[in-house]
Amino acid sequence: MAIVFDGTRESYVERLSEFLDSEQKNAPEWITTLRREAISGFAELGFPTLSDEEWRFTNLEALRRGSFSIAENGISGVSKKSVDSYGFPGLDCPRLVFVNGRFAPSLSDTVDAGKGILVKSLSEAISEQGDLVKDHLARYADYEKDAFISLNTSYFEDGVFVYVPDGTVFEQPVHVLHVSTDEGRPLFINPRNLIIVGQSSVAKVIEHYVSASQSVYFSNVVTEVVCGENANLEHYRLEFESQKAFNFSTLRVNQQKNSNIASHSVLCGGAIVRNNVHPVLAGEGCNSDIYGLFISEGRQHMDNFMRVEHASPHCDSRQFYNGVLDGRSKGVFHGRILVHEGAEKTDAKQTNRNLLLSDTAQIDTKPQLEIYNDDVKCTHGATIGQMDEEALFYLRSRGISVRQAKIIMLQAFTGETLEHMSIDSVREALESVVMKWFEQRLENGKGR
Amino acid sequence: MLEVKNLHVQVDDKEILKGMNITVAPGEVHSIMGPNGSGKSTLAQVLAGKEAYEVTEGEVTFQGKDLLDLEPEERACEGIFLAFQYPVEIPGVANTYLLREALNAKREYRDEKPLKHVEFGKLAREKMKALGIDEDLLKRSVNTGFSGGEKKRNEIFQMQILEPTLAVLDETDSGLDIDALKIVANGVNSMRDSGRSFIVITHYQRLLNYIVPDFVHVMVDGKIVRSGGKELAHELEEKGYAGF
Repeated sequence: MAIVFDGTRESYVERLSEFLDSEQKNAPEWITTLRREAISGFAELGFPTLSDEEWRFTNLEALRRGSFSIAENGISGVSKKSVDSYGFPGLDCPRLVFVNGRFAPSLSDTVDAGKGILVKSLSEAISEQGDLVKDHLARYADYEKDAFISLNTSYFEDGVFVYVPDGTVFEQPVHVLHVSTDEGRPLFINPRNLIIVGQSSVAKVIEHYVSASQSVYFSNVVTEVVCGENANLEHYRLEFESQKAFNFSTLRVNQQKNSNIASHSVLCGGAIVRNNVHPVLAGEGCNSDIYGLFISEGRQHMDNFMRVEHASPHCDSRQFYNGVLDGRSKGVFHGRILVHEGAEKTDAKQTNRNLLLSDTAQIDTKPQLEIYNDDVKCTHGATIGQMDEEALFYLRSRGISVRQAKIIMLQAFTGETLEHMSIDSVREALESVVMKWFEQRLENGKGR
Repeated sequence: MLEVKNLHVQVDDKEILKGMNITVAPGEVHSIMGPNGSGKSTLAQVLAGKEAYEVTEGEVTFQGKDLLDLEPEERACEGIFLAFQYPVEIPGVANTYLLREALNAKREYRDEKPLKHVEFGKLAREKMKALGIDEDLLKRSVNTGFSGGEKKRNEIFQMQILEPTLAVLDETDSGLDIDALKIVANGVNSMRDSGRSFIVITHYQRLLNYIVPDFVHVMVDGKIVRSGGKELAHELEEKGYAGF
């Protein structure tokens, strides 16, 4: 029997025992205990509403009315060939594939990078590296305060586990491909990823979310990252979900002393999207670079919620998010910088720029600085505008067609965020996806 | 080459050009001088095809074609170049990228093969050297963070690459120090030949010491009120526009 949720808070709370009995009967006890604790968090929280300050621009009514169920059909419908089509030309790296939140070994590479590096599914890691996982899993993403994290912690099945031991450079990126399929009814999918980068180590992880069909589903991702002292992580979250999906995700990063992260988010799919990025700069001298590009059309709704937490002195953070909105789509950028007492010499900067391609697209941008310290440097800036007519005319006056001039302008705008990606093949693939998207807008006679 | 007849132009229902006439033959350099607000820049923008300017009367032919019928990019491909009074900053678009796109658009228009990167690079470096422009400028975003002088020199550099048949220089001399002015003037003079014409719009007679025009026109209140040879510029320098 399928496990079905009817949208109500009670159904998500009550179905957990069924889920534990059927899907998770061999799970270690600590995981079961964790799931039970997490669901009690959701029982208290329920889904947020517009009266929650952090959700005032995103209406979840449709989610609350939706019926969703746990996937049953395994990996049928996903072939090696279709999986290959999601690769990045020119990028040679191991790939792990998850279908509807479950590991698909037959579609995945076995990674043997040596040097003690582990790249495997989280469920495998729970049985094989139980103590290591236990030290970190659900220690950062707070299931008592966030409804979606509670749900994910209660119902996750799998995701990627990456562990790079101290003093190890893991040169190759890891491509983590999450594919959703159509099982004839809307699915509830909870990918859960855990990335641990040891002291002075280096890693690159590409989380990539795609859909094999344009179906309705509820995808709820949580990724926890532990960045050890002086470690360096480049993280990608590429969201190309179905245009009908509800897509929620949280990237929760814990940064130890002198560590360095670059987070790149590119959001393209989804009907209602919420992208939470929450690094905590816990040790001294950390650096966080957070880049994002969201492009939306039709009635898509994309909500970007940044919470950059400075908890120690001498840390730098940079947020740079650009949005391109067409049709009747809506965007939200909520950029919160929280500087704790004692986090002296904080240098935090935030920029959000938005390009509206239609008269009916809309963006709400809201910087929020919360500072409990005198000795800091925090700046923020936001712009909203249409394509610069003066610049278009300038390009045309040099002989460049109006279409090409618009493409050049859009490339420049999206390039501001994409250019920071260090993996060229990924950046180039994304540039071409963005261009295709835009050319389609131009052909529809929109995209002024 | 260019014939402007009884041109009337409105911006936001306000008439700026009120019956403008000018005829430019191949190889000629015409200077248009006049006080602020006389419509000099409007003429430049109309020739380049700016949409906000509404032509209510008159005609403009360029090499036998009705110019007003053409899109801005078609005009450029036909051989018109406007050096902007205020060159536009375009962050994120490399100067070299704009130029290569522009040059290749023009070549495509003429059914010529696009230039390869290497060929373009060679051409660009040659022209830059002559203009005393640092090669760095190629990689920088178009006009972004350029000094006033760099912007104006960049316009002349673009002109040299695109090799127009008719170049309209809209106050390219304004705000330049004497060294930059000489560079700009040299850039223009080196391109003068029997097939190429220039319209040099300026506020100051100074530029005309370096770019010697064949004709000088005085523009006041939307039309040309007096035309003459280069000596007219000196007269204006002495007496000002008050007499017109």
